[in-house]
Amino acid sequence: MTMSDSELARKSLQYRRRVLEIIKHAGAGHTGGSLSCVDILNVLYNRVLRVSPETFDSPDRDRYIQSKGHSVEALFVVLADRGFFPDSQLTTLCQYQSHFVGHPTRKVPGIEFNTGALGHGLSIGVGVAIGLMKDRRNARVFVLLGDGELAEGSNWEAAMAASHWQCGNLVAIVDHNSLQITGRTRDVCSNEPLDEKFAAFGWEVRIINGHSIPELTDAFRSRPEASRPLVVIANTVKGKGVSFMEDVARWHHGVPNDEEYARALRELDAALQETSHA
Amino acid sequence: MFSPAAKDVAASLGLQLGRANLEEFADTLLSLARTNRDVLAVTSDSRGSGKLGPFGQALPEQIIEVGIAEQNLVGIAAGLASCGKVVFAVSPACFLTARALEQVKNDVCYSDMPVKLIGISAGVSYGALGTTHHSLHDLAALRAINNLDILVPADNHETREAILFAATARRPVYVRFGKAAMYHLVPARLPEGHGGAGRFEFGKARILRDGRDLCFVATGETVIHALLAAERLRQHGLTCRVLSMHTIKPLDTGAILSAARDCRGIITVEEHMIHGGLGEGVAGVLMQAGSAVKFRIVGIPDEYTVTGAQADIFRHYGITMEGLAATARALAG
Repeated sequence: MTMSDSELARKSLQYRRRVLEIIKHAGAGHTGGSLSCVDILNVLYNRVLRVSPETFDSPDRDRYIQSKGHSVEALFVVLADRGFFPDSQLTTLCQYQSHFVGHPTRKVPGIEFNTGALGHGLSIGVGVAIGLMKDRRNARVFVLLGDGELAEGSNWEAAMAASHWQCGNLVAIVDHNSLQITGRTRDVCSNEPLDEKFAAFGWEVRIINGHSIPELTDAFRSRPEASRPLVVIANTVKGKGVSFMEDVARWHHGVPNDEEYARALRELDAALQETSHA
Repeated sequence: MFSPAAKDVAASLGLQLGRANLEEFADTLLSLARTNRDVLAVTSDSRGSGKLGPFGQALPEQIIEVGIAEQNLVGIAAGLASCGKVVFAVSPACFLTARALEQVKNDVCYSDMPVKLIGISAGVSYGALGTTHHSLHDLAALRAINNLDILVPADNHETREAILFAATARRPVYVRFGKAAMYHLVPARLPEGHGGAGRFEFGKARILRDGRDLCFVATGETVIHALLAAERLRQHGLTCRVLSMHTIKPLDTGAILSAARDCRGIITVEEHMIHGGLGEGVAGVLMQAGSAVKFRIVGIPDEYTVTGAQADIFRHYGITMEGLAATARALAG
């Protein structure tokens, strides 16, 4: 199953549409951040990660840990598409007794760790990376971080340890959409320059367009030299794909009303229409 | 730690001073790790405090140092456990269970990673270093987290058994102990009639002595003081049952309710704040069973903790043979 860049781009549009559908149905969700990381997850699960429902128990599988757990709707949609569970289960999102709560849990097939409190995933990823190295396994570990999340100091404890332990099998991805719940990250508590910070901690740094399928592919397939951990700073747009949600902080966990929902779907359907003509 | 009179009572019972539970832990872990290379010790600049220097020298590939970063320590431990490693995260209890509490709650317990959290120098073991280095909150904080077994061994035997239990446990475990030399709670040569009592069994109170007037339900390094008090009280005509409640969660409700039926009063003793620890756990069991047994909680009160070494703090708050005997006589009336 090899998909072209344009096929993957089309898939991203379908994922975005499905993310909005399940959030609208649930009446809850983290819309903006889910839309900003859709392309990252798309490339990971459809092109990079060696993991599938059949191999999820294998110790040699690649690991994906979503530290920015609030964007779980995007992850649920991608996991359903990859066959980890039936897509129809997503209509139970945030409902009584559903395992599809607003952050990742291992009750959902395909999820490695229960995350959602910020600043946890990178340390876990370092532990997995060291564990894989101890067993001489070639699997890699990918951890998705939010840029606002990087204010949590534990990330920098993990960043230090990752380079100390030479975790060349570890990739941190920063969904760098520059917004958090209160507003611009640079106004809330600036963490720039991110690239220099990670470089100073001994990491290999790549800065890419986080919505470009080829750039994401290239970055995730690259392996740093000298056993250094890799950080991919993926510049993204919060709310990507829906014009009135793009780069607007209130969509962090905004749920569209009926009119907004219809408009958002029209925009995505039009984009899908275009790709089918292309 | 022990008055001359207390030492005399210990000697009369044939009890001998062992070594620090910390040393028993370190040796037990090393022997486990020698036969299983998946056994890992993760430390936060705590290999010296954890007596893991010999471990690090013997098995350098099985010790992972993360620096003074307890949150990272617990997160990394969870990641390692997900790879099938038998992970002992070793750090002073004060930091492990406060600084890294959210990692314990989420990365270990909620994610169900069978990490073995080892809180060293627990309670007021670092007495004179002040409250920053005390862990008088840990049992309260951790009892309120789902999916975590909590063990507070009293002597070398219980420590060894607790570590062996943790090594094979398939769910998260917290074990905390101190660094002072501890008496063995059972004489090397069991006296006539002692039978097979006194063995460690997870989730079951260890019955050190039987009695019908009062029952001491003690845990960790306070147990020896309760045992000596029981012997002292015998001279005053009171017979006391003594339970070493090494498993704080799940609590042995059967042993507690038996004590309530058999004895006129129960005294809990712990090296912990009086809120949220063993005492309130036992109280909850008794209240819900409708027991009207006389009851006292002995621990560290809710105040600015007195300064001094562990022995000073124990004495100040009545966690000594003499102090506990006085509490018992007052309760017995």
